[in-house]
Amino acid sequence: MTGAPSLGGLVATFSTMSLFAIGGANAALPEIHRVAVTLNHWLTEQQFADAFAIAQLSPGPNVLIVTLIGYQAAGLAGALVATVGMCGPSATLAYLVGRLLGRAGQSPWPGIIQAALVPLSIGLMAASGLILALGSDRSVAAMALTATVAVLAAVTRVSPLWLLLAGGVLGFAGVV
Amino acid sequence: MALIDAPEREAEDAAAAPAAPGLGELFVAFAKMSLAGFGGVLVWARRVIVDQRRWMTADEFNETFALCHFLPGPNIVNLSVVFGSRFRGIPGAIAAFAGLLGPPLLIVTLLAVLYAHYGELETLRRILAGVSYAAIGLLFAVVFRMLMPLLRKRDPVAIGLLVAVFVAVGVLRLPMPWVLAVAVPFSIAATYLLRRRTA
Repeated sequence: MTGAPSLGGLVATFSTMSLFAIGGANAALPEIHRVAVTLNHWLTEQQFADAFAIAQLSPGPNVLIVTLIGYQAAGLAGALVATVGMCGPSATLAYLVGRLLGRAGQSPWPGIIQAALVPLSIGLMAASGLILALGSDRSVAAMALTATVAVLAAVTRVSPLWLLLAGGVLGFAGVV
Repeated sequence: MALIDAPEREAEDAAAAPAAPGLGELFVAFAKMSLAGFGGVLVWARRVIVDQRRWMTADEFNETFALCHFLPGPNIVNLSVVFGSRFRGIPGAIAAFAGLLGPPLLIVTLLAVLYAHYGELETLRRILAGVSYAAIGLLFAVVFRMLMPLLRKRDPVAIGLLVAVFVAVGVLRLPMPWVLAVAVPFSIAATYLLRRRTA
């Protein structure tokens, strides 16, 4: 463990990230990783991968990975502060824009902005996948598991929960 | 500037619309869909809001979700705020937000405490490693599904930007705010110009 960050530092970090998370929490993962693991050493590469796994396994929006990171960094207060910091600014913006646009309707701009942001958020999510994949020590079996799940989830309608549980079972059995 | 599209007035069918949800109802509805939402809350949000409670039509839901998708931050959190405020103003936004995040937050915090105590156990290590390999696979699947429509359109600017962002953030590990500060205005300008040319 390294020195615990100040709660104010956590709020500042995640509030900024909140407004850059175009495409949701998974698109912000590279930046969360850079700040939390590479820059500040709030958690190890391993702990980051575990936090990602736990967040995916848990009910609720997957943004809750920041709760786990906040807890690791600064305990219970850190968990709360990171979550509110990550969700607060973007939620406030959503409220304001929602009021402003009301029923969107005739303006072409929401459509243009959305079309412009989609490729960027896909690029960010692909970067998340790469960083996570490179972060953990990976055996050939582990890479095969990742690839199999990717294909199954892309072409079938199997519930993601079953695929995560299957991963857990294979891990428990020592296969991957 | 001439207004090309005349604003369309949607006829409000007051008779068919159910009563607007109260604050308690908003909290409970969002708490339920959040707790049901393993691996994604959106599907459940749609089921509850559109199919079960009929608080919105499918079109209204899509419109609202599109708005929430282009805004930064977790989409489903944005959706809860926009949805709650539409019916009950700021208190409604807070009720929906608290319902969506509160109960799962308690669960995840409990898991964080357990992980801090038992995270080093060899068995748990192996299970979590297996889960994280699968979870990374799920992430790639989402990327793949979002990528296909883009590839079909063969839009070289969009694909070029996608690759550039991927390399800048994923390979070079540049700070995301800086990358986006360049990429977002560029992408919006390119999209605008392309649309105007094809219009």
